[in-house]
Amino acid sequence: MRLTVNGEPHDLHSPPLTSLLTALREELDITSPKAGCHQGGCGACTVLVDGEARRSCLVPLAAVDGATVTTLEGLGTADDLSPVQAAFDEHYAAQCGFCTSGFIMAATALIDRTPKANREEILDGLSGHVCRCTGYIKIVSAVEAVAKGKVHPEKVEPSFEPEEAAVLIPGSPA
Amino acid sequence: MTATSLAEAQVIAPTSRAEAVDAFGDGSGVTVLGGGTILMPELNYGRLRPDRVLMLQDAGLSGIARNGSSLTIGAMTTVAELEELPEPLGTAARNVADHEIRGQATLGGNLCAPAGGTTPRGDLQAALIALGAQVKTAGKGGERMEPIEDFVKAGPDGRLLLEVEFDEPQRSGYAAAHRPHAHAYTILAVCAAETPAGVRIGLSGAGPCGRRARSVEDALAGGASAEEASQKVLDDADTHDDALASAWYRQRLLPILVQRALDDLGGGK
Repeated sequence: MRLTVNGEPHDLHSPPLTSLLTALREELDITSPKAGCHQGGCGACTVLVDGEARRSCLVPLAAVDGATVTTLEGLGTADDLSPVQAAFDEHYAAQCGFCTSGFIMAATALIDRTPKANREEILDGLSGHVCRCTGYIKIVSAVEAVAKGKVHPEKVEPSFEPEEAAVLIPGSPA
Repeated sequence: MTATSLAEAQVIAPTSRAEAVDAFGDGSGVTVLGGGTILMPELNYGRLRPDRVLMLQDAGLSGIARNGSSLTIGAMTTVAELEELPEPLGTAARNVADHEIRGQATLGGNLCAPAGGTTPRGDLQAALIALGAQVKTAGKGGERMEPIEDFVKAGPDGRLLLEVEFDEPQRSGYAAAHRPHAHAYTILAVCAAETPAGVRIGLSGAGPCGRRARSVEDALAGGASAEEASQKVLDDADTHDDALASAWYRQRLLPILVQRALDDLGGGK
């Protein structure tokens, strides 16, 4: 199976019925899609498949042969955030962060198809995503800000430079 | 022999309807993969280890064709594509899960879904029963057409669903006790449609799969008022306690929803 992930071509060797989520995380080491429920119920694994938001846990690898996949890693960088990423930062729309990449991918797809989405459309567009910290108000405010063009990426600071962790715990989740 | 790991499954990906029908054969030993929203959790959790999987996404089974007032919908058409179709189907489709799931889940999967372990499934079934839809399937003995209520009652064993056909109704009605959130199924839905053969009523959540409420239809045809006819619905219901509601609750709600659907239809006299 051949996939283009965040602009890079990859040959994947996982069995064809492996979920895209498992292949991304375990074969390509792309860990922003989170393994929450493995049954489409939480939205934490959402990625873009050919531009459409999809639960990667529900997509068998065989169904996306030749497709273009975008994960959170493919949106912006720490110094050049996408509008949705910048809005999440500005509105403090993350607590524990487990649901965040799924929400950002879903919001990115929503803004792409409905650039001026109103609050109701935002609630509907994100309705399949669960935040167990229940930080929904700030998440919705962030997406509303994007829809209204009120995002200030230049205010986001400082840029975060990930470093090698001082203590590595074998087997710890990414 | 039964496969014990995902790697052992043979995935067949037909690129035409004829190839799909041929590969399906009489269906024995074949697991059909449509959109994947029902099958993938079974695979992810290891509850299912299929030997042969028939992946239909490139088999040319998706799309909506309109011929006058008649619509033909391929089994692999996504639920999202049904959202703007004639009522009550459009409303039923918009009430399925969320945007992402609707873009992946298919009509065929919704009609072939086994009864859920904790909730009823198949929200599109009631709408299509009310519309008097016919389904075309392939399997042992070749292709055949049958009323959708017969197909969902018997289940898809040994049959490959190809397409669904119905005529746009003269009028339609819908009433539901909605799901509490995007991850639940609609608690109860009543769909009504006026067809040349009379008013038809489909029920969702009143049994393990969609059901036709013939008792209500017969009462209406016999001249009963909407209020009188709606009381007959319990003769056609097979309500159970589940994660969404109790049988007791459903039995009390059903006649009310039937009456509302008939009021929405503007009929019932």
